[in-house]
This record gives sequence, structure tokens and C-alpha cells, in this order.
Amino acid sequence: MNIGKDLVAASATPLVLAILAEDESYGYAILKRVAELSDGRLQWTDGMLYPVLHRLERLEYIAGHWQTPARGRRRKYYRITNRGRAALALQREHWQEVDATLRRVWPLAAEAKS
Amino acid sequence: MDKPKSSAELAERIAQWRTHLLARGAIEPSDADELEDHLRNQVAALSSAGLTAEEAFLVAVKRIGQQEEMTREFARVHSDRLWKQLVASPVPDGGASMEARTEAWVVVGLAVIAALSLKVPELFGQRLDPDAEGGGSFYSRNLSFFVLPCLVAYFAWKRRLDRVTCAWLAATFVAAGVIVNAFPFSPQGSTELIAALHLPIALWLPVGIAYAGGRWSDPAERMNFVRFSGELAIYYVLIALGGGVLTGLTVGLFSFIGVDAEWFATEWMLQCGAVGAFIVGAALVELKKSVVENMAPVLTRVFAPMLAVLLVALLGTMAWTGNALALEREVLIAFNLLLMLVLGLLLYALSARDSLARPNWFDGVLLVLVLCALALNTVLLAAMSARIVEYGSSANKLAALGENLILVSNLVGSAWIYTQFLRGRQSFAALERWQTAYLPVYSVWAGIVVVVFPPLFGFA
Repeated sequence: MNIGKDLVAASATPLVLAILAEDESYGYAILKRVAELSDGRLQWTDGMLYPVLHRLERLEYIAGHWQTPARGRRRKYYRITNRGRAALALQREHWQEVDATLRRVWPLAAEAKS
Repeated sequence: MDKPKSSAELAERIAQWRTHLLARGAIEPSDADELEDHLRNQVAALSSAGLTAEEAFLVAVKRIGQQEEMTREFARVHSDRLWKQLVASPVPDGGASMEARTEAWVVVGLAVIAALSLKVPELFGQRLDPDAEGGGSFYSRNLSFFVLPCLVAYFAWKRRLDRVTCAWLAATFVAAGVIVNAFPFSPQGSTELIAALHLPIALWLPVGIAYAGGRWSDPAERMNFVRFSGELAIYYVLIALGGGVLTGLTVGLFSFIGVDAEWFATEWMLQCGAVGAFIVGAALVELKKSVVENMAPVLTRVFAPMLAVLLVALLGTMAWTGNALALEREVLIAFNLLLMLVLGLLLYALSARDSLARPNWFDGVLLVLVLCALALNTVLLAAMSARIVEYGSSANKLAALGENLILVSNLVGSAWIYTQFLRGRQSFAALERWQTAYLPVYSVWAGIVVVVFPPLFGFA
């Protein structure tokens, strides 16, 4: 199943915030987590995650910091901020509202058809 | 056995990919580091799943996506970078050049409409020249309406504004036009002058809303509008300089062949040019965001420290000599201008700053500047407090006092957030948010002055 681009884009913010609410993480790991959570059904173009992360960083929903391991390349980790948690709660409400409305309308649409 | 060779090859191909990414401007080296880290992780994962280095690289690059698309997304997030990077020569394909040509026609058309509309009232006996009989007052009241509607129309067209927003903007302008022309101002009265001065400030807000193209609530878009306003001012001055030279040449050259062209130069070239240049300037700023973009921040960098030194010296001298401020009529207006200047310097310094950078010496200079201006203003208000009671008596003074309070509250807020930022307790973005959230206040106050003050003071 290929979920449409707009829906993927819309769900990116709550998804990223929720994943970061679990624990701090970095881009590649976030994508792996998304794949894991959606059983690979939510396909992102990998590169598109980073603009989303930067936008959230600008909004101060998440904070990024670089970590350089003793051996190896530096990597940018993100963790959620308090503003981010508040935004996540709000997003969650909105999505639940959308979901609830859709749930109410599905049976109606099915009836109308038959 | 060819493993070392392929890993060297891989490193080279990654380096190449990175160079391409950076060449597009909107992506900065630290972003490229992040993306490269991702690419390497992906390659490593795919390799361990059994792909060769070559295959892994190709798949990983494919998954990370088209560079154009990615740069566009980065540019959208970091629109301030885009502003600096949108260099004058985008490679135009067929559709884009067509669009550019349409835009040129729209801009020229609107500029001509604006310029000619300035002349229409003269057919009905109005005169622009304030010294001429019956002249001045109509034009001074209505000056905004020759320029700003065309500017708004340009952005409405360019941003493809929806009808509801267009209708609201049009209604605002119509309402403003009806109000300033229906008010029975007494001739040469001060309320008329105040209304004429405040109207453009009030109507600059609808221009901003049109500029933002329906995203006025977005702080980044508001900041872009601040940048736009500053650049437009610079462009306008440049065009005006050129226009002045051209006008002088016209008069001079025609005089050599014994023809008096002065009436044409002053009545048509100067007047129509001054109006049309506004629209053309706006379009140029839109078109070539980057060419003069660096001017406002450069001026800020030069003048902020100098003004800070001046204010410190003034405060020091006042403390040393014990000389108080002379409470003359102009002192409040002069201080408003000073506060506006400080605020302008602050705003343009903010607009050019990387919002993720750490505090540096320049932030300290700005803070000193703001604090000095506030200290001076407090001295002024304290000295005037005895006379503030009588301020209700005059529209001029009340308007000036209102402006002073608005500017002071902005600067107090800025100083507070700036101090927190320098101490690492607030992010820079908070300061940006404060400034952009404050923008409508100026226009709303100006609107109040235009609409409420004249009836309040009996149109005197």
C-alpha cells in the first residue's frame, strides 16, 4: 500500500515528535523506527526527513546537538523539548479528532453505496 | 581482495555526492554532514545485507532522494538562506522565462497605473503642490492610495491570493479611503497632518498580509516582510538617485536646444517616477532578493556600534555635567525617531542573523544600544511626567506619546529577551518571535490615530 504524499507529509510532525518523545535519536535511527512501527508501509524518501527535523528545530519543538564518538564521524542527535511535548499533545488531539470523524463517516459512506 | 579499492572509490563517490549537494546553496556544510552520516549508515546497512559497495551506494542515494527536491525542502525550512542564495540568474527553462515575461508586463502595467492615477485628480482641479491654490491637502491625505493598492495587487497576483483575502484587503483600502476623505478636517489642521502621516504606516500591514500570501501568521514570513521592507527602502533610494540624475539631464539637455522641459520634468517625470518607482522597486526586490540584500545588515553593523558609543557618551555627559534635557516641543518627536532608529537597527540585525548561532560581541553592542536608548527615554519621560497630564490637550502630543510607549514596550521586551539569550536561558528564536509578533502593533496604533484621533479632537 502506498500512502499518498500529502498524508505522509502531514503525519511526519507527530510521528517524529512521538519517536523523539521516547528517547533522543538521530535521523537514520528515526527512519528505521518509522519503518519498524509501520511495518514498512509508510515509505518516506529518506532525505525528506531532514528538512522536517530542521523545521521542528527552528520551532524549538526539538533540540539538536552534535556528538562525536571517540572514533568516527560526528552525528546530530535530536531530543524533544517542552514546547515539542506540548505540540505533540496538541497534534495528538487533532489527529484523534480526524480519526474519530472518519470512523463515524466510514459506515455512512458504505451504506450510501449499497 | 578488491575491498580497499572499492572503499576508496566509495569515499570518493560520497565526496562527489556531497559536493553536488553543497553547490545548491540552501544546504550548508553542517547539513551535509548530517546527510552524509545518513548515507553512510544506509550504505553500511545495505552492505551488511550482502550488497556490494557500489550497489549499496546507488540504493542509498536513491533512497535519500532527488537532490533538487531535497534542496527545495531545505530552502523552504531555511527561507532566510534562500533569501541570500537566490542569486540573480536562475536557469530559466521555457515555462519560467514565460512567467518572467508575464511578470514584467504586470509590474510595468501596475507602475503605469499607479503613476497615472496620481495625475487623475488633477483633472478635477486638485493640485499636488501644497503652495498652489487649493493644493496639497487632498494629495497628502491620499498619497497612500496611489501606491499601496498597486503594490498589494502585485503581491495578490504574484502569491495567487485567495478571493476572501483579496476582498478583505480591498475592503480595508476602500474603508480607509472613505474615512480620510469623509472626515471634515479643518484646513491646515494638525489632525489632518497626523492622519496623513499615520495612514501609510497603518496600510503597510495589509501590504504585509498580501506579501505573506496568506501565511502572515508565520514568523518566518513576517521576517521576510521586514527584510523586504528594508530592501525596498534601499532600492527606492537608489532608483530615486538615478531618477534625479535623469530629470536633471532632461532639463539640462533640452535647455541646450532652447526648449523649456522643466514643466515636464517636475510635473510628470518626478511625480510619476516617484510613484512608479515604488512598484518597480518592489518587483526588483522580489526578483533579485540577493543582490542588495546584504546592504541593510551591513549598514546595521556599521551604525549600531557608532550609535551605541554616541548614546553612552550622551548619557555620560549628562551625568557628568548634570545638564538636563531641555523640554522643548520637538524633544519627544526626536526621541521617537531615536527609538525608531534603535529598533530598526535591532530588527535588521536580527533579520540577518543565523538564528542558531551563539551570542557574540555584536549582540552585546545591540543590547547596550537598546539599554542606553531606554535609559535616555526614561530620563525624558521622568522629566516630562509633570507635563504629561496636559498632553490630552493636543492630538500631536498624544500621538507622539503613544508612539513613544509602543516603541518603549517593544524595546523593554527586546532587552529582556536579549539578556536572557545572552545568559543562555532563551533561544534567539524567542527574540525573533517577539519582534515579528509585535509588527501589527505599529500599524494598529497608526490606524487608531487615523480613525479615532480626528473626531476625538474635533478635526482641528
